[in-house]
Amino acid sequence: MIVADRKSLNEILDMVKSYSKILVVGCKGCVTVCNVGGLKEVQVLAASLKIGRKKDGQPIEVDEKILERQCDPEYVEQLKDIVDNYDAVISMACGVGPQFLSEAYPNQKFFPAVNTTFYGGAVSHGIWEERCAGCGTCIIHYFDGLCPIARCSKSLLNGPCGGSDKGKCEISKEVDCIWDKIVRKKIAQGRLADLLHITPAKDWRTARDGGPRKAKREELIQNG
Amino acid sequence: MSDSFEPQIIAFCCKYCAYAAADLAGSMRLSYPSNVKITQIPCTGRVDIVHLLRAFENGADGVYVAGCMEGDCHFVSGNLKARKRVEYVKKTLAELGIEPERVEMYNLSSAMGPRFAEIANEMTARIKKLGPSPLNTKKAA
Repeated sequence: MIVADRKSLNEILDMVKSYSKILVVGCKGCVTVCNVGGLKEVQVLAASLKIGRKKDGQPIEVDEKILERQCDPEYVEQLKDIVDNYDAVISMACGVGPQFLSEAYPNQKFFPAVNTTFYGGAVSHGIWEERCAGCGTCIIHYFDGLCPIARCSKSLLNGPCGGSDKGKCEISKEVDCIWDKIVRKKIAQGRLADLLHITPAKDWRTARDGGPRKAKREELIQNG
Repeated sequence: MSDSFEPQIIAFCCKYCAYAAADLAGSMRLSYPSNVKITQIPCTGRVDIVHLLRAFENGADGVYVAGCMEGDCHFVSGNLKARKRVEYVKKTLAELGIEPERVEMYNLSSAMGPRFAEIANEMTARIKKLGPSPLNTKKAA
């Protein structure tokens, strides 16, 4: 899923400081699963904004709404009857949400309530870790399911480097050295010799280096 | 601070401990401030961040959650979850420039009637010292 973090209340309050009636829109997709922009978080943000503004003597009216997803036009369309009733709209979805909303309703002002951080999963309740960098050419099968692009600080294809120290990366004691894990897994599976193969330089054109990306499935595209 | 300030305090009390302790305090004829308005809940684990925030939004000067002693929750860990939510609300209040001491978590058992009254007194004294919630003192511009 896409993982995000909520912005600070002061940053969000600053975004909407000149408005007196706003809508907070959540998303039932990834941001619900990572507990950042689902129904509960929409309620908490709305209550916090109302408290902050009331305290400053400038009460604000905040309505709450949640969409199935903010990255599909058929769900974004569900705002059409209410979107103009507000001075501004705050989206609690990942960075895709406020952009889809802005494109669908060009006359309204949209603000992001979250910082979109990475593609990852919950390793335990309340803790998420990065697993994928969306590079466009998956190579994890060469590394026994461990991605050196997303999980090595230097995205090394032939590791580990000299910064690997007792299974941790030199950037932080909190960060595992994924190359340490790759080597240990190869040893455990009796396939260490795989690493004698030098992985050639990666073609990064499928990643962001090739510019904004687009996916097309001819069999799904409907005419008209 | 005016002596006439009578704070509105909301107490979310678990039915197995704090609420029963409040009953006991009553049976023991112990008096505690009428500022405290009790809301019975099945377990403090039911208390959500949004419940605490909405209490402040709707005019409470102080809010507290009273659950079972740690390790004694009927639902294993409801009171531990409640404590973390109270901590979250403390941070939220601080971020908004409101005293985080206005929200608190307490633990007690159903046999602790006097402690219930003591907590009610303690919280009322604390909020009286802090004064009215800033939400109640500011008039709309």
